[in-house]
Amino acid sequence: MDNRVMPMIHKFKQNGMDIVLDVNSGIVHVVDDMTYDVLDYYKGDNREDVLKALDGKYDPAELGEVMDDLDELIGKGMLFAPMDPNYKVAIEDRPIIKALCLNIAHDCNLRCKYCFAGQGGYGKWRMLMSFDVARRAVDFLIAHSGPRQHCEMDFFGGEPLMNWHVVQQTVAYVREQEKKHNKIIKLSLTTNGMYLDEEKVKYLTDNHISLILSLDGRKENHDRMRPGVHGEGTYDRVLKNLQYCVAHRDGEEYYVRGTYTKYNLDFTKDVLDMVDKGFPAVSMEPVVGDLSEPYAIQEEDLPRVKEEYETLAKAFIQREEAGHPFFYFHFNMNLWQGPCLPKRLRGCGAGHEYLAVVPNGDIYPCHQFVGRDGYVIGNVYEGLKNMKMMREFRENHVLNKPECIGCWAKFFCSGGCHANNETYAGDIHKPFHISCEIQKKRIECALMIQAYNQMKQPQVMAQPGLAKQLAREKAEN
Amino acid sequence: MSKHIVTINKGSLQDTIKFESCSECQTSCQSACKTSCTIGNLVCTEQAKKD
Repeated sequence: MDNRVMPMIHKFKQNGMDIVLDVNSGIVHVVDDMTYDVLDYYKGDNREDVLKALDGKYDPAELGEVMDDLDELIGKGMLFAPMDPNYKVAIEDRPIIKALCLNIAHDCNLRCKYCFAGQGGYGKWRMLMSFDVARRAVDFLIAHSGPRQHCEMDFFGGEPLMNWHVVQQTVAYVREQEKKHNKIIKLSLTTNGMYLDEEKVKYLTDNHISLILSLDGRKENHDRMRPGVHGEGTYDRVLKNLQYCVAHRDGEEYYVRGTYTKYNLDFTKDVLDMVDKGFPAVSMEPVVGDLSEPYAIQEEDLPRVKEEYETLAKAFIQREEAGHPFFYFHFNMNLWQGPCLPKRLRGCGAGHEYLAVVPNGDIYPCHQFVGRDGYVIGNVYEGLKNMKMMREFRENHVLNKPECIGCWAKFFCSGGCHANNETYAGDIHKPFHISCEIQKKRIECALMIQAYNQMKQPQVMAQPGLAKQLAREKAEN
Repeated sequence: MSKHIVTINKGSLQDTIKFESCSECQTSCQSACKTSCTIGNLVCTEQAKKD
Protein backbone atom coordinates (compact mmCIF):
# COMPACT_ATOMS: atom_id res chain seq x y z
CA MET A 1 0.00 0.00 0.00
CA ASP A 2 1.16 3.53 -0.80
CA ASN A 3 2.61 4.84 2.44
CA ARG A 4 0.70 8.11 1.96
CA VAL A 5 -2.61 6.35 2.57
CA MET A 6 -1.43 3.61 4.92
CA PRO A 7 -3.47 3.19 8.15
CA MET A 8 -1.52 4.07 11.26
CA ILE A 9 -2.07 4.23 14.99
CA HIS A 10 0.03 5.66 17.81
CA LYS A 11 -0.39 4.45 21.36
CA PHE A 12 1.18 5.61 24.59
CA LYS A 13 0.66 5.52 28.34
CA GLN A 14 0.64 8.66 30.40
CA ASN A 15 -0.77 9.71 33.75
CA GLY A 16 -2.32 6.27 34.25
CA MET A 17 -4.16 6.35 30.93
CA ASP A 18 -3.69 4.10 27.88
CA ILE A 19 -4.26 6.30 24.85
CA VAL A 20 -4.62 5.33 21.20
CA LEU A 21 -4.57 7.88 18.39
CA ASP A 22 -5.83 6.81 15.01
CA VAL A 23 -3.60 8.96 12.82
CA ASN A 24 -5.60 9.36 9.61
CA SER A 25 -8.94 10.00 11.30
CA GLY A 26 -7.54 11.98 14.25
CA ILE A 27 -9.83 9.98 16.56
CA VAL A 28 -8.58 9.33 20.10
CA HIS A 29 -9.51 6.33 22.22
CA VAL A 30 -8.75 5.60 25.86
CA VAL A 31 -8.43 1.84 26.29
CA ASP A 32 -7.81 -0.69 29.04
CA ASP A 33 -4.51 -2.56 29.37
CA MET A 34 -5.78 -5.62 27.54
CA THR A 35 -6.87 -3.62 24.50
CA TYR A 36 -3.56 -1.76 24.59
CA ASP A 37 -1.69 -5.07 24.45
CA VAL A 38 -3.97 -6.48 21.74
CA LEU A 39 -3.10 -3.51 19.57
CA ASP A 40 0.53 -4.62 19.61
CA TYR A 41 -0.56 -7.42 17.28
CA TYR A 42 -4.07 -6.92 15.93
CA LYS A 43 -4.46 -5.44 12.46
CA GLY A 44 -8.11 -6.31 11.85
CA ASP A 45 -7.75 -9.74 10.25
CA ASN A 46 -5.34 -11.76 12.39
CA ARG A 47 -7.17 -12.96 15.48
CA GLU A 48 -5.12 -16.15 15.70
CA ASP A 49 -1.88 -14.17 15.98
CA VAL A 50 -3.30 -12.20 18.92
CA LEU A 51 -4.62 -15.27 20.75
CA LYS A 52 -1.25 -16.96 20.34
CA ALA A 53 0.81 -13.93 21.38
CA LEU A 54 -1.26 -13.21 24.48
CA ASP A 55 -1.94 -16.82 25.45
CA GLY A 56 -1.83 -17.17 29.23
CA LYS A 57 -1.91 -13.43 29.87
CA TYR A 58 -5.60 -12.83 29.16
CA ASP A 59 -8.77 -14.90 28.93
CA PRO A 60 -9.35 -15.87 25.23
CA ALA A 61 -13.06 -15.02 25.47
CA GLU A 62 -12.24 -11.53 26.68
CA LEU A 63 -9.64 -11.11 23.95
CA GLY A 64 -12.34 -12.01 21.45
CA GLU A 65 -14.61 -9.38 22.97
CA VAL A 66 -11.89 -6.74 22.62
CA MET A 67 -11.31 -7.67 18.99
CA ASP A 68 -15.07 -7.47 18.33
CA ASP A 69 -14.99 -3.91 19.68
CA LEU A 70 -11.94 -3.06 17.57
CA ASP A 71 -13.60 -4.50 14.47
CA GLU A 72 -16.57 -2.25 15.07
CA LEU A 73 -14.31 0.81 15.22
CA ILE A 74 -12.42 -0.30 12.12
CA GLY A 75 -15.73 -0.71 10.30
CA LYS A 76 -16.72 2.85 11.20
CA GLY A 77 -13.40 4.33 10.02
CA MET A 78 -12.40 5.17 13.58
CA LEU A 79 -9.39 2.88 13.83
CA PHE A 80 -6.80 1.94 11.20
CA ALA A 81 -8.52 4.43 8.90
CA PRO A 82 -6.73 4.83 5.57
CA MET A 83 -6.18 8.20 3.93
CA ASP A 84 -8.62 8.87 1.13
CA PRO A 85 -6.58 7.65 -1.89
CA ASN A 86 -8.30 10.17 -4.15
CA TYR A 87 -7.30 13.18 -2.09
CA LYS A 88 -4.95 15.59 -3.85
CA VAL A 89 -3.61 18.76 -2.29
CA ALA A 90 -4.78 21.68 -4.42
CA ILE A 91 -1.88 23.86 -5.51
CA GLU A 92 -3.20 27.25 -6.59
CA ASP A 93 -1.66 28.84 -9.69
CA ARG A 94 -1.80 32.20 -7.99
CA PRO A 95 -1.17 32.06 -4.23
CA ILE A 96 -3.86 33.43 -1.97
CA ILE A 97 -2.22 35.40 0.82
CA LYS A 98 -4.14 35.80 4.03
CA ALA A 99 -1.61 36.77 6.67
CA LEU A 100 1.26 39.21 6.93
CA CYS A 101 3.88 39.68 9.58
CA LEU A 102 4.66 43.37 9.56
CA ASN A 103 8.14 43.97 10.91
CA ILE A 104 7.21 47.48 11.89
CA ALA A 105 10.42 48.10 13.83
CA HIS A 106 13.80 46.59 13.10
CA ASP A 107 15.13 47.80 16.39
CA CYS A 108 14.71 46.73 19.97
CA ASN A 109 15.09 48.06 23.49
CA LEU A 110 16.18 44.66 24.84
CA ARG A 111 19.22 42.52 24.11
CA CYS A 112 17.80 39.03 24.53
CA LYS A 113 20.62 36.52 24.27
CA TYR A 114 18.71 34.01 22.15
CA CYS A 115 17.11 36.53 19.78
CA PHE A 116 16.79 35.10 16.26
CA ALA A 117 16.24 38.65 14.96
CA GLY A 118 19.74 39.87 15.78
CA GLN A 119 18.29 41.86 18.71
CA GLY A 120 16.09 43.81 16.34
CA GLY A 121 18.18 44.43 13.23
CA TYR A 122 18.20 40.89 11.79
CA GLY A 123 21.95 41.28 11.26
CA LYS A 124 21.37 43.82 8.48
CA TRP A 125 19.41 46.91 9.30
CA ARG A 126 18.22 48.89 12.27
CA MET A 127 15.32 50.92 10.94
CA LEU A 128 11.66 51.68 11.50
CA MET A 129 8.95 51.06 8.92
CA SER A 130 7.39 54.16 7.38
CA PHE A 131 3.61 54.48 7.22
CA ASP A 132 3.88 54.46 3.44
CA VAL A 133 5.41 50.96 3.46
CA ALA A 134 2.89 49.75 6.07
CA ARG A 135 -0.02 51.14 4.05
CA ARG A 136 1.21 49.43 0.92
CA ALA A 137 1.57 46.18 2.88
CA VAL A 138 -2.11 46.44 3.88
CA ASP A 139 -3.07 47.10 0.26
CA PHE A 140 -0.91 44.16 -0.81
CA LEU A 141 -2.65 41.83 1.67
CA ILE A 142 -6.13 42.87 0.58
CA ALA A 143 -5.25 42.63 -3.10
CA HIS A 144 -3.74 39.15 -2.76
CA SER A 145 -6.28 37.62 -0.37
CA GLY A 146 -8.80 36.98 -3.13
CA PRO A 147 -12.09 35.61 -1.79
CA ARG A 148 -10.73 35.02 1.75
CA GLN A 149 -12.67 37.13 4.21
CA HIS A 150 -10.52 36.42 7.29
CA CYS A 151 -7.04 37.88 7.09
CA GLU A 152 -4.41 38.55 9.73
CA MET A 153 -1.64 41.00 10.36
CA ASP A 154 0.86 40.83 13.20
CA PHE A 155 2.88 43.84 14.31
CA PHE A 156 6.28 42.37 14.96
CA GLY A 157 9.87 43.45 15.27
CA GLY A 158 12.27 44.03 16.93
CA GLU A 159 9.98 45.78 19.29
CA PRO A 160 6.86 47.16 17.55
CA LEU A 161 6.09 49.68 20.30
CA MET A 162 9.27 51.54 19.25
CA ASN A 163 7.29 52.63 16.19
CA TRP A 164 4.01 53.30 17.99
CA HIS A 165 2.87 56.18 15.83
CA VAL A 166 3.05 54.06 12.68
CA VAL A 167 1.30 51.17 14.46
CA GLN A 168 -1.62 53.52 15.20
CA GLN A 169 -1.69 54.93 11.68
CA THR A 170 -1.68 51.40 10.26
CA VAL A 171 -4.46 50.18 12.56
CA ALA A 172 -6.66 53.11 11.47
CA TYR A 173 -5.90 52.35 7.83
CA VAL A 174 -6.66 48.62 8.28
CA ARG A 175 -10.01 49.35 9.93
CA GLU A 176 -10.94 51.71 7.10
CA GLN A 177 -9.87 49.34 4.32
CA GLU A 178 -11.37 46.14 5.75
CA LYS A 179 -14.84 47.70 5.70
CA LYS A 180 -14.33 48.90 2.16
CA HIS A 181 -13.24 45.47 0.93
CA ASN A 182 -15.49 43.29 3.14
CA LYS A 183 -12.57 41.72 5.01
CA ILE A 184 -12.13 40.81 8.66
CA ILE A 185 -8.50 41.54 9.48
CA LYS A 186 -7.41 40.16 12.82
CA LEU A 187 -4.60 42.23 14.27
CA SER A 188 -2.03 41.07 16.78
CA LEU A 189 1.07 42.57 18.29
CA THR A 190 4.06 40.83 19.83
CA THR A 191 5.81 42.93 22.47
CA ASN A 192 8.42 42.67 25.21
CA GLY A 193 6.22 44.94 27.35
CA MET A 194 8.87 47.55 28.15
CA TYR A 195 6.84 50.43 26.65
CA LEU A 196 3.41 49.06 27.45
CA ASP A 197 1.87 51.95 29.37
CA GLU A 198 -1.76 52.71 30.25
CA GLU A 199 -2.45 54.65 27.06
CA LYS A 200 -1.14 51.87 24.81
CA VAL A 201 -3.00 49.16 26.71
CA LYS A 202 -6.24 51.08 26.30
CA TYR A 203 -5.65 51.63 22.61
CA LEU A 204 -4.71 47.98 21.95
CA THR A 205 -7.74 46.71 23.88
CA ASP A 206 -10.21 49.17 22.38
CA ASN A 207 -9.00 48.21 18.90
CA HIS A 208 -9.31 44.44 19.54
CA ILE A 209 -5.62 43.78 18.95
CA SER A 210 -4.49 40.39 20.27
CA LEU A 211 -1.35 40.56 22.33
CA ILE A 212 1.59 38.21 22.67
CA LEU A 213 3.50 39.37 25.73
CA SER A 214 7.00 38.12 26.46
CA LEU A 215 8.10 37.04 29.92
CA ASP A 216 10.51 34.20 30.67
CA GLY A 217 9.02 32.89 33.88
CA ARG A 218 10.98 33.35 37.08
CA LYS A 219 12.87 36.62 37.57
CA GLU A 220 16.33 35.03 37.50
CA ASN A 221 15.62 33.30 34.17
CA HIS A 222 14.05 36.38 32.60
CA ASP A 223 16.86 38.71 33.67
CA ARG A 224 19.52 36.27 32.58
CA MET A 225 18.21 35.93 29.02
CA ARG A 226 16.30 39.18 28.45
CA PRO A 227 18.54 42.06 29.64
CA GLY A 228 18.19 45.68 28.61
CA VAL A 229 20.64 47.49 26.32
CA HIS A 230 23.11 48.01 29.17
CA GLY A 231 22.80 44.46 30.45
CA GLU A 232 20.44 45.45 33.25
CA GLY A 233 17.56 43.28 34.49
CA THR A 234 14.17 44.08 32.96
CA TYR A 235 11.90 41.70 34.86
CA ASP A 236 10.47 44.13 37.41
CA ARG A 237 9.41 46.69 34.83
CA VAL A 238 8.03 44.12 32.39
CA LEU A 239 6.13 42.29 35.13
CA LYS A 240 4.48 45.49 36.33
CA ASN A 241 3.49 46.50 32.79
CA LEU A 242 2.14 43.08 31.86
CA GLN A 243 0.14 42.78 35.07
CA TYR A 244 -1.51 46.11 34.34
CA CYS A 245 -2.13 45.11 30.74
CA VAL A 246 -3.70 41.72 31.48
CA ALA A 247 -5.92 43.22 34.17
CA HIS A 248 -7.29 45.68 31.58
CA ARG A 249 -7.85 43.43 28.57
CA ASP A 250 -11.62 43.35 28.94
CA GLY A 251 -11.92 39.86 27.45
CA GLU A 252 -9.61 40.49 24.49
CA GLU A 253 -7.11 37.82 23.50
CA TYR A 254 -3.62 37.68 24.97
CA TYR A 255 -0.91 35.20 25.85
CA VAL A 256 2.06 35.65 28.09
CA ARG A 257 4.80 33.67 26.41
CA GLY A 258 8.17 32.59 27.61
CA THR A 259 11.16 30.78 26.24
CA TYR A 260 12.95 28.04 28.14
CA THR A 261 16.54 27.14 27.52
CA LYS A 262 19.05 24.60 28.79
CA TYR A 263 19.35 26.82 31.88
CA ASN A 264 15.78 26.15 33.01
CA LEU A 265 14.76 22.67 31.96
CA ASP A 266 12.61 22.73 35.12
CA PHE A 267 10.34 25.12 33.24
CA THR A 268 7.16 23.91 34.97
CA LYS A 269 8.26 26.20 37.79
CA ASP A 270 8.43 29.11 35.35
CA VAL A 271 4.98 28.36 33.97
CA LEU A 272 3.46 28.15 37.45
CA ASP A 273 5.33 31.26 38.53
CA MET A 274 3.73 33.19 35.66
CA VAL A 275 0.29 31.80 36.46
CA ASP A 276 0.72 32.73 40.12
CA LYS A 277 1.82 36.24 39.15
CA GLY A 278 -1.56 36.83 37.52
CA PHE A 279 -1.23 35.40 34.00
CA PRO A 280 -3.62 32.48 33.56
CA ALA A 281 -3.02 32.25 29.79
CA VAL A 282 0.58 31.27 29.17
CA SER A 283 2.90 29.59 26.77
CA MET A 284 6.47 28.39 27.32
CA GLU A 285 8.48 27.29 24.33
CA PRO A 286 11.87 25.79 23.64
CA VAL A 287 14.65 28.13 22.59
CA VAL A 288 15.56 28.08 18.91
CA GLY A 289 19.11 29.06 18.11
CA ASP A 290 22.67 28.15 17.33
CA LEU A 291 23.42 24.71 18.79
CA SER A 292 26.90 25.89 19.79
CA GLU A 293 25.42 28.37 22.26
CA PRO A 294 25.53 27.30 25.92
CA TYR A 295 21.79 27.87 26.32
CA ALA A 296 20.86 25.61 23.37
CA ILE A 297 18.84 22.46 24.00
CA GLN A 298 20.84 19.48 22.83
CA GLU A 299 19.99 15.92 21.91
CA GLU A 300 21.13 14.70 25.34
CA ASP A 301 18.65 17.07 27.02
CA LEU A 302 15.64 15.42 25.40
CA PRO A 303 14.87 12.85 28.15
CA ARG A 304 14.87 15.66 30.72
CA VAL A 305 12.69 17.90 28.52
CA LYS A 306 10.17 15.10 27.97
CA GLU A 307 10.03 14.34 31.67
CA GLU A 308 9.39 18.02 32.34
CA TYR A 309 6.43 18.13 29.96
CA GLU A 310 4.88 15.25 31.90
CA THR A 311 5.47 17.20 35.12
CA LEU A 312 3.83 20.25 33.57
CA ALA A 313 0.87 18.20 32.32
CA LYS A 314 0.34 16.78 35.82
CA ALA A 315 0.54 20.24 37.36
CA PHE A 316 -1.95 21.47 34.76
CA ILE A 317 -4.46 18.78 35.73
CA GLN A 318 -3.87 19.33 39.45
CA ARG A 319 -4.76 23.00 39.04
CA GLU A 320 -7.90 22.06 37.11
CA GLU A 321 -8.93 19.61 39.82
CA ALA A 322 -8.29 22.23 42.49
CA GLY A 323 -10.65 24.62 40.72
CA HIS A 324 -7.85 26.97 39.58
CA PRO A 325 -7.38 26.06 35.92
CA PHE A 326 -5.01 27.90 33.64
CA PHE A 327 -4.59 27.95 29.89
CA TYR A 328 -1.38 26.54 28.47
CA PHE A 329 -1.11 27.20 24.77
CA HIS A 330 0.36 23.88 23.69
CA PHE A 331 -2.04 21.76 25.68
CA ASN A 332 -4.96 23.49 24.02
CA MET A 333 -5.77 20.94 21.37
CA ASN A 334 -9.25 21.02 19.95
CA LEU A 335 -10.18 17.45 19.04
CA TRP A 336 -13.76 18.40 18.18
CA GLN A 337 -13.52 21.65 16.22
CA GLY A 338 -9.89 21.50 15.18
CA PRO A 339 -8.53 22.36 11.76
CA CYS A 340 -9.52 20.35 8.71
CA LEU A 341 -7.11 17.99 6.98
CA PRO A 342 -6.26 20.45 4.16
CA LYS A 343 -5.26 23.04 6.77
CA ARG A 344 -3.12 20.48 8.57
CA LEU A 345 -1.31 19.87 5.30
CA ARG A 346 -1.01 23.55 4.50
CA GLY A 347 0.61 24.16 7.89
CA CYS A 348 1.77 27.65 8.67
CA GLY A 349 1.49 28.68 5.05
CA ALA A 350 4.88 30.40 5.12
CA GLY A 351 6.01 31.44 1.69
CA HIS A 352 2.62 31.17 0.02
CA GLU A 353 -0.20 32.09 2.40
CA TYR A 354 1.73 33.90 5.13
CA LEU A 355 4.53 36.37 4.37
CA ALA A 356 6.64 38.93 6.21
CA VAL A 357 7.26 42.53 5.17
CA VAL A 358 10.33 44.42 6.43
CA PRO A 359 10.83 48.20 6.80
CA ASN A 360 12.27 48.69 3.30
CA GLY A 361 9.20 46.95 1.81
CA ASP A 362 10.88 43.66 0.92
CA ILE A 363 8.78 40.53 1.32
CA TYR A 364 10.13 37.30 2.84
CA PRO A 365 8.48 33.85 3.21
CA CYS A 366 8.02 34.51 6.94
CA HIS A 367 9.50 36.45 9.84
CA GLN A 368 12.06 33.71 10.48
CA PHE A 369 13.52 34.03 6.99
CA VAL A 370 13.98 37.79 7.25
CA GLY A 371 17.57 38.77 6.51
CA ARG A 372 18.50 35.38 5.05
CA ASP A 373 20.18 35.73 1.67
CA GLY A 374 18.21 34.50 -1.31
CA TYR A 375 14.82 34.62 0.38
CA VAL A 376 13.41 37.96 -0.80
CA ILE A 377 10.36 36.98 -2.83
CA GLY A 378 9.06 40.43 -3.67
CA ASN A 379 8.47 43.98 -2.51
CA VAL A 380 5.31 45.86 -1.58
CA TYR A 381 6.08 48.43 -4.28
CA GLU A 382 6.79 45.95 -7.07
CA GLY A 383 4.72 42.92 -6.05
CA LEU A 384 5.68 39.26 -5.93
CA LYS A 385 8.67 38.21 -8.02
CA ASN A 386 9.84 34.77 -7.00
CA MET A 387 6.79 32.62 -7.77
CA LYS A 388 8.98 29.53 -8.08
CA MET A 389 10.01 29.79 -4.44
CA MET A 390 6.40 30.34 -3.37
CA ARG A 391 5.37 27.17 -5.15
CA GLU A 392 8.23 25.28 -3.52
CA PHE A 393 6.93 26.33 -0.10
CA ARG A 394 3.37 25.38 -1.05
CA GLU A 395 4.41 21.93 -2.13
CA ASN A 396 6.49 21.38 0.99
CA HIS A 397 3.79 19.65 3.05
CA VAL A 398 4.04 16.48 5.13
CA LEU A 399 2.84 14.15 2.41
CA ASN A 400 5.85 15.26 0.35
CA LYS A 401 8.41 14.88 3.14
CA PRO A 402 9.88 11.36 3.24
CA GLU A 403 10.87 11.69 6.90
CA CYS A 404 7.37 12.85 7.93
CA ILE A 405 5.19 10.48 5.97
CA GLY A 406 5.60 7.63 8.46
CA CYS A 407 5.32 9.82 11.55
CA TRP A 408 2.20 9.64 13.71
CA ALA A 409 2.39 13.37 14.54
CA LYS A 410 2.31 14.60 10.95
CA PHE A 411 -1.21 16.03 11.12
CA PHE A 412 -0.44 17.94 14.30
CA CYS A 413 2.85 19.59 13.37
CA SER A 414 2.57 19.86 9.58
CA GLY A 415 6.23 18.98 9.21
CA GLY A 416 7.68 21.56 11.55
CA CYS A 417 9.04 25.02 10.90
CA HIS A 418 10.53 25.55 7.43
CA ALA A 419 12.99 28.09 8.79
CA ASN A 420 14.20 25.83 11.59
CA ASN A 421 14.54 23.00 9.11
CA GLU A 422 16.66 25.22 6.88
CA THR A 423 18.77 26.39 9.82
CA TYR A 424 19.53 22.99 11.27
CA ALA A 425 19.20 20.56 8.39
CA GLY A 426 20.09 23.00 5.61
CA ASP A 427 16.88 22.18 3.77
CA ILE A 428 13.27 23.28 4.28
CA HIS A 429 12.17 19.74 3.43
CA LYS A 430 14.07 18.02 6.26
CA PRO A 431 12.65 18.14 9.78
CA PHE A 432 14.94 18.91 12.70
CA HIS A 433 15.07 15.94 15.05
CA ILE A 434 15.18 17.83 18.37
CA SER A 435 12.15 19.95 17.44
CA CYS A 436 10.28 16.82 16.33
CA GLU A 437 10.92 15.00 19.58
CA ILE A 438 9.79 17.95 21.70
CA GLN A 439 6.77 18.45 19.49
CA LYS A 440 5.72 14.82 19.76
CA LYS A 441 5.96 14.81 23.54
CA ARG A 442 3.95 18.01 23.74
CA ILE A 443 1.25 16.52 21.51
CA GLU A 444 1.05 13.37 23.67
CA CYS A 445 0.60 15.54 26.77
CA ALA A 446 -2.10 17.57 25.01
CA LEU A 447 -3.93 14.42 23.88
CA MET A 448 -3.80 13.01 27.40
CA ILE A 449 -5.14 16.24 28.89
CA GLN A 450 -7.97 16.49 26.36
CA ALA A 451 -8.93 12.87 27.03
CA TYR A 452 -8.74 13.44 30.78
CA ASN A 453 -10.88 16.58 30.58
CA GLN A 454 -13.47 14.82 28.47
CA MET A 455 -13.75 11.89 30.85
CA LYS A 456 -13.46 13.65 34.21
CA GLN A 457 -14.94 17.06 33.33
CA PRO A 458 -12.83 19.21 35.69
CA GLN A 459 -13.08 22.99 35.64
CA VAL A 460 -11.17 24.24 32.59
CA MET A 461 -10.14 27.65 31.37
CA ALA A 462 -11.45 28.70 27.97
CA GLN A 463 -9.17 30.18 25.33
CA PRO A 464 -8.82 33.86 26.17
CA GLY A 465 -10.48 36.22 23.74
CA LEU A 466 -12.19 33.54 21.64
CA ALA A 467 -15.72 34.14 22.93
CA LYS A 468 -15.45 37.86 22.36
CA GLN A 469 -14.00 37.41 18.89
CA LEU A 470 -16.78 35.05 17.81
CA ALA A 471 -19.47 37.30 19.27
CA ARG A 472 -18.01 40.26 17.39
CA GLU A 473 -17.95 38.35 14.12
CA LYS A 474 -21.54 37.18 14.55
CA ALA A 475 -22.63 40.75 15.21
CA GLU A 476 -20.75 42.04 12.16
CA ASN A 477 -22.24 39.38 9.89
CA MET B 1 -21.00 0.65 24.85
CA SER B 2 -17.63 -1.01 25.05
CA LYS B 3 -16.29 -1.84 28.49
CA HIS B 4 -12.74 -1.76 27.11
CA ILE B 5 -12.67 1.39 25.00
CA VAL B 6 -13.81 5.00 25.48
CA THR B 7 -13.77 7.03 22.28
CA ILE B 8 -13.02 10.67 23.00
CA ASN B 9 -13.89 12.32 19.67
CA LYS B 10 -15.91 10.86 16.82
CA GLY B 11 -15.51 13.09 13.76
CA SER B 12 -12.92 11.84 11.27
CA LEU B 13 -10.35 14.09 9.66
CA GLN B 14 -11.09 12.28 6.41
CA ASP B 15 -14.52 13.91 6.40
CA THR B 16 -12.91 17.37 6.44
CA ILE B 17 -11.21 17.01 3.07
CA LYS B 18 -14.20 18.86 1.62
CA PHE B 19 -12.88 22.08 3.20
CA GLU B 20 -9.92 22.18 0.81
CA SER B 21 -10.90 25.55 -0.61
CA CYS B 22 -11.88 27.24 2.66
CA SER B 23 -8.76 28.37 4.59
CA GLU B 24 -10.68 30.99 6.56
CA CYS B 25 -9.05 29.79 9.79
CA GLN B 26 -6.27 31.49 11.68
CA THR B 27 -2.72 31.19 10.45
CA SER B 28 -0.53 28.94 12.54
CA CYS B 29 3.22 29.10 12.93
CA GLN B 30 5.51 26.20 13.63
CA SER B 31 8.40 28.28 14.96
CA ALA B 32 8.73 28.86 18.68
CA CYS B 33 8.83 32.63 18.61
CA LYS B 34 5.22 33.50 17.93
CA THR B 35 3.25 31.25 20.25
CA SER B 36 1.28 29.56 17.56
CA CYS B 37 2.97 26.20 17.27
CA THR B 38 1.23 22.93 16.55
CA ILE B 39 -1.58 23.30 14.16
CA GLY B 40 -3.70 21.13 16.44
CA ASN B 41 -4.14 24.17 18.67
CA LEU B 42 -6.26 25.90 16.10
CA VAL B 43 -10.01 26.03 15.89
CA CYS B 44 -11.96 25.73 12.64
CA THR B 45 -13.59 29.14 12.33
CA GLU B 46 -16.57 27.82 10.43
CA GLN B 47 -17.29 24.99 12.90
CA ALA B 48 -16.89 27.28 15.91
CA LYS B 49 -19.36 29.76 14.43
CA LYS B 50 -21.99 27.03 14.04
CA ASP B 51 -21.77 25.85 17.67
